[in-house]
Amino acid sequence: MGILVNSQTRVMVQGITGRQGSFHTRLMLSYGTKVVAGVTPGKGGIEVHGVPVYDSVREALEEHPEINASIIFVPARFAKDAMLEALTNDIKLVVVITEHIPLHDELLMIRYAKLKGAVIVGPNTPGIINPSERCKVGIMPTESFREGVVGLISRSGTLAYEVASRLSKSGIGISTFVGLGGDPIVGLSMVEAVSLFSEDIHTKCLVVIGEIGGVMEERLADYLSSNPIEKPVVAFIAGKSAPKGKKMGHAGAIAYSGEGTAESKINRLRSAGVLVADTVNDIIRLVVRSIE
Amino acid sequence: MLLYEYEGRRILELYDITMPKGYLASSAKEVATYVKLLGGKAFLKAQVLGTGRGKAGGVRFVSDPESGEKVARELFESEILGQRVDKILVVEPIDVASELYVGFIVNPIKCTVSLLVSPHGGVDVEELSKEKLLRIEIDPLIGLTSFIKREAFKFLNLPQSLSMEFSALLEKLYEIFNDYDCEFLEVNPLALTKDERLVVIDFRLSIDDNSLFRHPDFESEYLSRLSEKELIAHRFKFSLVELDGDVGVIGNGAGLTMATMDLIAELGMKPAFFLDIGGGASSERVCEAVKIALSYPNVKGLVINILGGITRCDEVARGIVEALKVSGTKKPMVVRLSGTNEEEGRRILESNGIKYFTNMEEAIREILKLLR
Repeated sequence: MGILVNSQTRVMVQGITGRQGSFHTRLMLSYGTKVVAGVTPGKGGIEVHGVPVYDSVREALEEHPEINASIIFVPARFAKDAMLEALTNDIKLVVVITEHIPLHDELLMIRYAKLKGAVIVGPNTPGIINPSERCKVGIMPTESFREGVVGLISRSGTLAYEVASRLSKSGIGISTFVGLGGDPIVGLSMVEAVSLFSEDIHTKCLVVIGEIGGVMEERLADYLSSNPIEKPVVAFIAGKSAPKGKKMGHAGAIAYSGEGTAESKINRLRSAGVLVADTVNDIIRLVVRSIE
Repeated sequence: MLLYEYEGRRILELYDITMPKGYLASSAKEVATYVKLLGGKAFLKAQVLGTGRGKAGGVRFVSDPESGEKVARELFESEILGQRVDKILVVEPIDVASELYVGFIVNPIKCTVSLLVSPHGGVDVEELSKEKLLRIEIDPLIGLTSFIKREAFKFLNLPQSLSMEFSALLEKLYEIFNDYDCEFLEVNPLALTKDERLVVIDFRLSIDDNSLFRHPDFESEYLSRLSEKELIAHRFKFSLVELDGDVGVIGNGAGLTMATMDLIAELGMKPAFFLDIGGGASSERVCEAVKIALSYPNVKGLVINILGGITRCDEVARGIVEALKVSGTKKPMVVRLSGTNEEEGRRILESNGIKYFTNMEEAIREILKLLR
């Protein structure tokens, strides 16, 4: 069990012949992920770590109709086309590792994914890992993630690795880790990830790692206030000491007045019944207490 | 990237948007000439970034060329919103009947573009109550539809004769918003003149930094605004934010680096900067990052927090050792190094006499001790 990916996941790697794409294909394969095809336009016919490469997503699907997820490594300026190609071919889970993708490209593709009933995870995400099913569709170091009952959601990659490895040292594993991505706009939202975990029987406790900027954490607080879940939710917000971010004119202030700061997120989450940790160590303490 | 008003004007001109006539000046003498050219009366607008320029004294009315020159001198010698004034826009005065607000901003939660309009624009627009503001979400796949334009028009209570003009203006602004990859674009105020025309008096827009490759003119302008250190950071794809403390913070990943900074602040120290080296950094890149960090004269000590995933600890260690050799610094420094290839990384640090920690709290407590 766990969420989004499992032993039935069959992965296509878009941008498989690039440095990152090829490197992480090897790591995903050695972890146990079923990577069945790769796509790089113009490179069809070759193999990367034994994985056949195709010129297009359509050709890959013709040979491997079982593909049900894609992971994208293509450079930022081509990422929109890669996402569009995956979504148009009805891939329902698209994990976008690429960082620095133009905002408007993200906006259009994430909106398109919603209309297609597909999920984009990221962009700028470390991906997803489900240890009990030996499936990772991402780039995270696997040693930090052992099998267990904590559903881990994070906007930050390395901070999630930090938390996962500390949990692991305390004998606590995770059901699934999903990296939401570090960009202002991402596909799978915090609310959606929490709601997926709330229905997963193997997940007993949730850890949400947020940070300053955006209003994702505030929307999660709104959601939990009106849809309380039975599992304990522990949260941490990074950036309490950071100065205020770039001001988006009056428009930002009008549309999101008073939101986006660490204080706003922490207060709202607390009043929604979330256990908000003050420090990274505190996260572990709260999780231990909640699952005992 | 926020644009200066004069940069934005060039874009609005390309779309035939009505604005007051204006000239860009970089000296008080030039200002006087332009005031004269505009018939003796003009607004002098200091070219600085951000909201609140008017309230900060950055927009001044002058009624003859001589006072124009005098006021311009004052502006050039002052700081507005914490920025030096290098350029002044000299614009013709407009007979304003009322001031409106129109803005577009990306809505990351709904995956839409929010259109914000208010019949009460001007300097206090942020304090408006909800009833005085209309917010409509635009589906970016469909775009700005006629019914949305009609709704906005009705809310603004404009004379019916302006319906077509308003609709065309909204259309052009939305086009600019998309063509220039804007994070937000707002007109404040949009003036309804006494002779019933719509004139864009002031506006602000920001181009998404990740899209600058599609806007090469602004990309070169963006690079020219960076400090020497920021330029190096940009070249190596580091994220660098300068702060006012004295403890430098280097980490990999924004979340981890921020969490490090938070711990430093909790122990009563002040971070001097935040330097995120990103993922997968090579020893060369790490070396550059440490060199940037050490080049800040106000930095008394340095905390390096690396949790290797795709970043390899041996590469990090080699980079740190190299940077220390080159700089010969004696500043206190602590390194937390864990993750991929940590044994090799720690061995490299140890054999070069650099103490390492396996846990970030210990590393930060150590720097506190060293700096006391």
